[in-house]
Amino acid sequence: MKENKIRKVLLLGSGALKIGEAGEFDYSGSQALKALKEEGIRTILINPNIATVQTSEGVADQIYFLPVTPFFVEKVIAKERPDGIMLAFGGQTALNCGVELYKSGILKKYDLQVLGTPVQAIMDTEDRELFVEKLHEIDVKTIKSEACENIEQACKAAQALGYPIIIRAAYALGGLGSGFCNNEQELIRLAEKAFSFSPQVLVEKSLKGWKEIEYEVVRDRFDNCITVCNMENFDPLGIHTGESIVIAPSQTLTNSEYHKLRELSIRIVRHVGIVGECNVQYAFDPNSEDYRVIEVNARLSRSSALASKATGYPLAFVAAKLGLGYGLFDLKNSVTKTTSAFFEPALDYVVCKIPRWDLGKFRGVDRELGSSMKSVGEVMAIGRTFEEVIQKGLRMIGQGMHGYVDNKELKIENVDEALQEPTDKRIFVIAKAMEQGYTIDQIHELTKIDKWFLQKLHNICETDKALHACSSVNVLDNALLLKAKQQGFTDFQIARALGLEKEMDIEKAILIIRNRRKQAGIVPYVKQIDTLAAEYPAQTNYLYLTYSGVAHDIKYEHDKRSVVVLGSGAYRIGSSVEFDWCGVQALNTIRKEGYRSVMINYNPETVSTDYDMCDRLYFDELTFERVMDILDLECPYGVIVSTGGQIPNNLAMRLDEQHVPILGTSAQHIDNAEDREKFSEMLGRIGVDQPEWSALTSMEDINAFIDKVGFPVLVRPSYVLSGAAMNVCSNQEELERFLKLAANVSKKHPVVVSRFLEHAKEVELDAVARNGEIIAYAISEHIEFAGVHSGDATIQFPPQKLYVETVRRIKKISKKIARELQISGPFNIQFLARENDIKVIECNLRASRSFPFVSKVLKINLIEIATRIMLGLPVEKPAKSLFDLDYVGIKASQFSFNRLQKADPVLGVDMASTGEVGCLGEDSRTALLKSMLSVGQRIPAKNILLSTGAAKQKAEMLEAAKMLVDHGYQLYATGGTSRYLTENGIPNELVYWPSEDGQPQALTMLHERKIDMVVNVPKDLTAGELDNGYKIRRAAIDLNIPLITNARLASAFIYAFCTVAPDDLDIKSWQEYGTGDN
Amino acid sequence: MRNVTLILDDGSRFHGTSFGYEAPVAGEVVFNTAMTGYPESLTDPSYAGQLMVLTYPLVGNYGVPPFTVEPDGIATFMESDRIYASAIIVSDYSSEYSHWNACESLADWLKREGVPGITGIDTRELTKVLREHGVMMGKIVFDDEPDNIPEAQYSGVNYVAQVSCKDIIKYNEGAPKKVVLVDCGVKNNIIRCLIKRNVEVIRVPWNYDFNQLEFDGLFLANGPGDPDTCVDAVENIRKFLDNPVVRPCMGICMGNQLLSKAAGARIYKLKYGHRSHNQPVRMVGTTKCFITSQNHGYAVDNTTLPAEWEPYFINMNDGSNEGVRHKVNPWFSAQFHPEACSGPVDTEFLFDDFVKLL
Repeated sequence: MKENKIRKVLLLGSGALKIGEAGEFDYSGSQALKALKEEGIRTILINPNIATVQTSEGVADQIYFLPVTPFFVEKVIAKERPDGIMLAFGGQTALNCGVELYKSGILKKYDLQVLGTPVQAIMDTEDRELFVEKLHEIDVKTIKSEACENIEQACKAAQALGYPIIIRAAYALGGLGSGFCNNEQELIRLAEKAFSFSPQVLVEKSLKGWKEIEYEVVRDRFDNCITVCNMENFDPLGIHTGESIVIAPSQTLTNSEYHKLRELSIRIVRHVGIVGECNVQYAFDPNSEDYRVIEVNARLSRSSALASKATGYPLAFVAAKLGLGYGLFDLKNSVTKTTSAFFEPALDYVVCKIPRWDLGKFRGVDRELGSSMKSVGEVMAIGRTFEEVIQKGLRMIGQGMHGYVDNKELKIENVDEALQEPTDKRIFVIAKAMEQGYTIDQIHELTKIDKWFLQKLHNICETDKALHACSSVNVLDNALLLKAKQQGFTDFQIARALGLEKEMDIEKAILIIRNRRKQAGIVPYVKQIDTLAAEYPAQTNYLYLTYSGVAHDIKYEHDKRSVVVLGSGAYRIGSSVEFDWCGVQALNTIRKEGYRSVMINYNPETVSTDYDMCDRLYFDELTFERVMDILDLECPYGVIVSTGGQIPNNLAMRLDEQHVPILGTSAQHIDNAEDREKFSEMLGRIGVDQPEWSALTSMEDINAFIDKVGFPVLVRPSYVLSGAAMNVCSNQEELERFLKLAANVSKKHPVVVSRFLEHAKEVELDAVARNGEIIAYAISEHIEFAGVHSGDATIQFPPQKLYVETVRRIKKISKKIARELQISGPFNIQFLARENDIKVIECNLRASRSFPFVSKVLKINLIEIATRIMLGLPVEKPAKSLFDLDYVGIKASQFSFNRLQKADPVLGVDMASTGEVGCLGEDSRTALLKSMLSVGQRIPAKNILLSTGAAKQKAEMLEAAKMLVDHGYQLYATGGTSRYLTENGIPNELVYWPSEDGQPQALTMLHERKIDMVVNVPKDLTAGELDNGYKIRRAAIDLNIPLITNARLASAFIYAFCTVAPDDLDIKSWQEYGTGDN
Repeated sequence: MRNVTLILDDGSRFHGTSFGYEAPVAGEVVFNTAMTGYPESLTDPSYAGQLMVLTYPLVGNYGVPPFTVEPDGIATFMESDRIYASAIIVSDYSSEYSHWNACESLADWLKREGVPGITGIDTRELTKVLREHGVMMGKIVFDDEPDNIPEAQYSGVNYVAQVSCKDIIKYNEGAPKKVVLVDCGVKNNIIRCLIKRNVEVIRVPWNYDFNQLEFDGLFLANGPGDPDTCVDAVENIRKFLDNPVVRPCMGICMGNQLLSKAAGARIYKLKYGHRSHNQPVRMVGTTKCFITSQNHGYAVDNTTLPAEWEPYFINMNDGSNEGVRHKVNPWFSAQFHPEACSGPVDTEFLFDDFVKLL
C-alpha cells in the first residue's frame, strides 16, 4: 500500500540535547531510519549531534553534521535532491525548520514531498488561534486563550479572563517562555521574555489543580486511528508535563472518562489530518467529566518516546512507515510478530516516569516547578504495583534517594508552603508531611494531587512503620518482608528501617537482608512486556522484574553466552546520549560476535532501551541489588561496566566482591584509578607529573594545603556521581560548596585537592588498551584554557595547536599509566599542558563523554575495539592515526540557560551544558562556525557588547575586537574594556554597568534589542563581579541574544565568522570527509 | 483478609487473599485484558457463570458509582441490574478509591451483592496458563475451610435462560419505529444506544416468538454461554429470515452467533476467547479498521456461512469471524460490542446504520 516513487528521504534530527528536547529524538530518528532502510530507501540525515546513535555508521546512508536550520537544510536539499522529507522525528527543531522551509517555498522549489503529517496540519496545531478555531469546528473544547502581539494586549486579555492566568509563547518547544501570573506585575515580567522568543504570546485562564491526561494517537492515510497509550500526571495541571511524575496507563479515570477522552483524541487527529503520530494533552476536571484540550503535538514527542517504551509499541517506526503511505493494517505488531500493528496495547503492569533535575548545579536558579520545563532527563520504572514503581523510579533518578522512605533527613522549614509551591523535591516533601502526621486530605488540599496517589504513598509509609517496629531481622516475618518487596522496598531500605546500620556496615547489612529473603524464597520474577497482556504468545525480550509474581516469563539457558552491558541511567548534566551510544556499540559488537547481548537500563529516552537493540533488555534498576538479581538469573559470561559512564563504574568493586565476572580492566584497577589518593600515589610511583596534591580528610588539612599553594585549586572527589568529576575552586566559598556536594556522594573515599594551573591548555586522551598496551587512541585539545569544565569546553580533534613534543609526551605518559593499571578496554586521561610541561589531572578506566566524537571523527569505532578486547577476541592496531586526518572535528556545548530561570549562565565550577554537537570542516574555522551555529549561536548583524574580564583576557580578546571593527561591526564596551580598547586604538562606545549611573545603560540596550551578541567574560567568580555581569548575562539569555563568556572561545568564534562566510562553508556528508578529495 | 486459593481444573493453584464476599465459588475462569471498566464488566450478563480475571493489575482505583436508575428503568452507570460475574480475580486491589462519582469501594459492592473477589494473584501467570490450556473451570477455596469445596458446571448450561428477562419490557414507547430486542442477556448500553436514536424498544425474553409482534426491525443482543443451547431463539430468528416481508436486523455478540446459526452456519468454541478492549477488526473488502470491545468465547465458523451470507468483519489478529451480513437483505451483525461500555466507542455507527434501515 505504500507509494513507490519515494527513493530518497531526508530526515531532520533535533540537534544538541537541550532541556525540552533531549535523547528521545535519537530514539525516534533511529527508529524512523530503520523503517526507511527496511524499505530500501536511501536516507539522508541532518543532525549535528555527533554523540547520537542515529548519526552512527550504517543507520543513515548519508549523515550531515550540520545545523538544523533552513539555511543549511536547503543546501543539503540542493545537493542531495531527495524525494521526500520527514519532519516529525526531530522534535520542535525539525518541525520549526520544516515549517520555515515550507513557508519560504523551498520544499516546493525542490519538489520535496513532506512524508507524514502535512505542513498545514502542523501549522494548524502550532498556531494557537488556528488550533482553537480548528477544534471549535468539531465541538472540542480548548482553553480559552487570547493571542496577543504586545504587552498591552496581554494585560488587557488577562484583565478580561481574570487572574491567575498562564501565558505561553507560540511556536516554542517544551513550554519555553511560558508561566503562571497571579497579577499584572508578574505578567509584564514574563510577557517581555516570552515576546523575545515569539512574536505571539497567548494569555489563558489557568486551570491549576485539574488532572492532566495525555493520549498518544496514531493515524494512517486511510483514516484508521488507534490510541497507543494514555498517561496521567501525578502532578495536577500547573506543572509542565515534562516536569511531572507521569503514570501509564491512567489510574483514576473511569471507563467512561477514559473513552470520552480517547474518542476526542481520535476526532481531533482525524480533523487535523495527522498521518503518523500525534500527542493530545488534556486538562480534566477532577469533579466532573469536563475537559479542555491543552495542546496537540503533531510529531513524535517526549511523551511518545515514553509511550513507546511503556507499551512496547514502536511508535516512531510505525509513524515512519505510515509516512510512506502504508496503512496500519499492512503492518505487524513487532513484538508478537503475528498480530496486527492496528491494535491498542493492553498493559498488565504499571509504568511511572520521573523527571531528573540538576538544579543543584546552577547558581541562583529558581527551583520552583511550573509551566516551563527544567528537567534534564527522565527515568521510567515498570512494576505491578504503584508503590513498586514510584520507589523504583525515585531510586533511578540517581540523586542519592533510596526510594520514597528511608532517605537522608530532608530539612524543610515550612512544609505547607513546600507542598503548595512545588520544587524538584516535592515528592519527598510529601513523604516528610506524611511522617509528620499530615492527613491525606490535608496534603490533597495543599497539592491537589489525587488522593488515590497519596493513599498509595501512604501505604509505603505504613509498611515502613511496620518495618521500623521490628526490633531485629530475626523477628521480621515473611509476609511483611514480601509486602515490603512488593511495594518496592530495597534490601537497603529494609536494612535501614530495621536499624541494622547501627550494628554494622550498611553494605554488609544489605547482604544479610538479601540472604534472609532468598532463604524465604522471596525473589523477584522476570516478566515480559508483550503489548497484549499475555493474550497471545510473544517471543519478546523486553523484560522487567517484579515481586508481584510467582513465575518467570522466560526460561534461562545457563549457557554462559550472555554478556551483560550496564547502561548509563537517566540523562543528566555530565552523562547523556554519548554513553547510550557507547552502550549500543558494545551491544552491537557482542551480538556480532555470537554472544547474547543483554542490556540493563531504565532511561526511556534512549536507543539502548529499544528492545531490538539487544537480545535481552531488562528495563530495570542499576542498583547493586537489582543488577545482582539479574546476574543470579543470567549467570553471564561477563559483565561490561565501562561503557555506561559513572553509574556502572561505581558498581565495579561491589560486583567484584560477589565474584561477578567483570570484563576488561579489573575492578581493583578501576578502584586504583577512581580512588584519587591511590591514583595520585601511583603517578608519583611511576614518575608521572601531576599538580601538587594532597588528600583531604578534614577541612583543617585542606585549608593548610591551600595556604601553601593558594587558590585556585582543583578538587577531585572519588567515585562521584553526576559527572562532576573534578572542579576548580577559586575561593573559599566555592570550595566549601563543592566539598559539601562531594562529601554527600562519597564519604568513604578521601578528596584530593591540588594546585590549579592557570592559562594551561587542557588535553584529553581517549584510548583503548589491551592488557596494558594501548591499541588505539585519540588526542584532542580544548579551545578554552583549563578551568572550564571539560564537559562544557569546546574541543577540537585532531589537535591543531599542540606541539609535537606535547603529543609525544602525552603518549608516553599514557602508555605508562595503561601498563601500570593493566587496562583492558576503554579509558580516558585528562592533561594540563603549559609549554611542554604536562601534568595528569584525571584518569577514568571507562569510556568518556568524548568517545563517540573522536570515534566518528577518526572513523574508528573505539568502543567496538574495546568490546572485542573485553570479550577476549583478537584486535589489530588501526593503521590510521589522527595525524592522517585532513579535516577537523569540533565539539561544542549546548547550554539550556534559557530554561533555567535566574541561573547565572557562566561557566566554570560545575558542568552546565546539557548537550553537545560535533561538526566537521576543512579547517578549525569552518568546523567551529558550523558547531557554534548548531548550538544556537548566530552570526551577529551589527552591534556587539563586550566586557572582557581581567587584563589577560582583555589582551586575548584584542585581536578579535580589532577584527570585528575591521569587518564593520560596532562595538559597545563597559568601563574597563572600553578603556582598554580605546588605549589600543579600537573604536568603541562606552556603555554602563547596571551598578553605574550614566547613559547608555548596557541593560537598556539589550532590552531595546540593539545588541546582536554579548561577550561577557567574568574576571573571577567573586560575588560583586558576578552581580554586575550576572544581570547582563541573564538579560542576554532571557532576551535570546547570543552570549559567550569565555575569551578564547569568543576569539575563535569571531575569527571564524569574520574570515568565513556561511555560504563558503563546505556542505559535505560525514562519509565524504577523508576520502582524499579535500 | 482471609487467604484463599484458586484451584484450576488442571491442578494449578494460585494463592491470594479475599477482598469481596467471603464464600467459596466455582466457575469458568476467563481473562479480560481491559484496563478500565470493572463496574461495567461485572454487571455484563455475558459474564454469568464465569470467574473474571483482570490482567491489568491495579483494580478498584476509582471505586464504584451509585446504582441509580433512570426514569426509563435503566441503570445510570451499570450494564444490568446486578453483578453477573461469579467472582473477580485481580493482582493488586486498591482498598482506597478516589473518584467524584464513586459512592462505595469495589469490596463493599462485591460484599453487598454476594460476589467473591480475590487479590494478590499473579494474573499474568494465570492468564498464560489459561492461554496455553484454554479456558478452564476453577474454584476459589478459603484456606481456613479446606473442606468447603464449591462445584459448578459451565458447558451445556443455558445461561441465556438464566439472565434473560422473563416478561416483555418496553422502552421509549410511541417512538416512530419499533425494534424488537431479543434479550439473551442484553447490556444496558445497547438499549441506551437504541433509545438515543429514538426508536421504541420492545425487549422480549430470549425464547419468545417475536414474529407474532408488530415491529420494524429486529435486534439480537449479547448474552452468556454456549449459543448451541439457545435452540428456541435460533428457531424464531429463522422464521424471521424466512418471512417474505424483509425487515432489518442487527445482532451483537451472541446475536451474531444466533443470526449465523439461523442462517445455517456453525459455531465453535475459541481456545480462550476474546475479552478485551483492544481487538482489531477490519471491515471485509475495505481499508477500514476498528478497535473494538469484545467478550466472547465462541465464534462463527466463516467457512460454514451459506452462499448468500458473507463475513462482515474479520479479526485482524487471528482471522476469526467478527460479524456477518446478508448479501442482499438488510441483515448484519457484529461479534464485537459496538455499544462498548466498557471499551472504545469506534463502532457505534453500526447503530446509526441499523436505525437508518428501519
